[in-house]
Amino acid sequence: MNLRTFRVVLWALVVVVALAAGYLYIFMKPESGRFGGGDYALTTGTGQPFTAASFTGAPSMLFFGYTHCPDVCPTTLSEMAGWFEQLGAEGKPLRAFFVTVDPERDTAGVINDYVHAVSDRVTGVTGTRPEIDKVEAAWGVYAKQVPLKDGDYTMDHTATVYLIDSRGQFQGTIAYQEDSATAVAKLKNLIAKG
Amino acid sequence: MKLSLAAVALAAAFAAPIAAFVLPVEAASMMAMKPAAKSWTAGDLVITGAFARATLPHAPVGGGYFAVTNNGTADDALTSASSPAAGTVQLHAMSMQNGVMKMQELPDGVPVPAGKTVTLTPDGLHLMFTDLKQPFVKGQAIPVTLTFAKAGSVTIELAVGDIAAKSPGSDAGAMSGMKM
Repeated sequence: MNLRTFRVVLWALVVVVALAAGYLYIFMKPESGRFGGGDYALTTGTGQPFTAASFTGAPSMLFFGYTHCPDVCPTTLSEMAGWFEQLGAEGKPLRAFFVTVDPERDTAGVINDYVHAVSDRVTGVTGTRPEIDKVEAAWGVYAKQVPLKDGDYTMDHTATVYLIDSRGQFQGTIAYQEDSATAVAKLKNLIAKG
Repeated sequence: MKLSLAAVALAAAFAAPIAAFVLPVEAASMMAMKPAAKSWTAGDLVITGAFARATLPHAPVGGGYFAVTNNGTADDALTSASSPAAGTVQLHAMSMQNGVMKMQELPDGVPVPAGKTVTLTPDGLHLMFTDLKQPFVKGQAIPVTLTFAKAGSVTIELAVGDIAAKSPGSDAGAMSGMKM
């Protein structure tokens, strides 16, 4: 190996280390294990326990929303229903979870009625305020109450759909109102990973 | 040389997911508004394309959307709205910032400059109905009275479409999986 090749290799290694550090910084949260991990203990709309372990076993979509949400949440639920429709039999293993950021108003029964009005394939998830705070932190979700002048409030919240593989590993996202063909391609890819 | 190639390949392997993460595949769907069947006039203002979306169970809120064109030479502004279908109707601006949906109340109203058309859409400025008396059901017409600073008040009807309707009388496309 001549000196020039050695230099190239060294610089390539520098780049690799820098990129690896960046990758780890973005995707890993050393304090809580894998991205999305944590000890949150929630319940589904039908009263089943829901924890970080619930993401293992089959690929999942994860969305954070609330029922008093005029635009984004119904739109996203409707899009999810459309994606399931387009995936057909291929989408059979795929699951979808709609976690409320407004547990004070979205009890299990409320969230269950809400999501099931659009699709049987989506599972509503709620919990106590401290546990919802934990799941939001685990997934890096922003959610904040915004008071309205009539004493009511609305919520600003992250409106991204998270894609999680059957090992519970975060694999990517679908942006709000992303092109339907792109979204379905991402889901096929996720399902293919198993 | 083999080693350096391997290093470059490794670098590429690490860079790919970062690139995928940094470059968002934002596909802002530009939905063309269909010409609306109904229009309303208040002074120099013409309102078209009025619609709302069907609401889901336990959602006592709904959005209202329309386009208002100011054919006059003086600026106007939508200052308030009210409806017998809701406890309150507020003027809101919704925006997406880094994947976060942000809602902002507009206490000063929505400006309607002279010669311009302002469109209220599910992705931006809109009427927000809170404390709904009853859910909005597809096919209904929701009356709403709009009050403008100069043109005064006019009552229009919002045609209720699908839960994800993007224009009056449109299907959202993704709605075939909808249970009704």
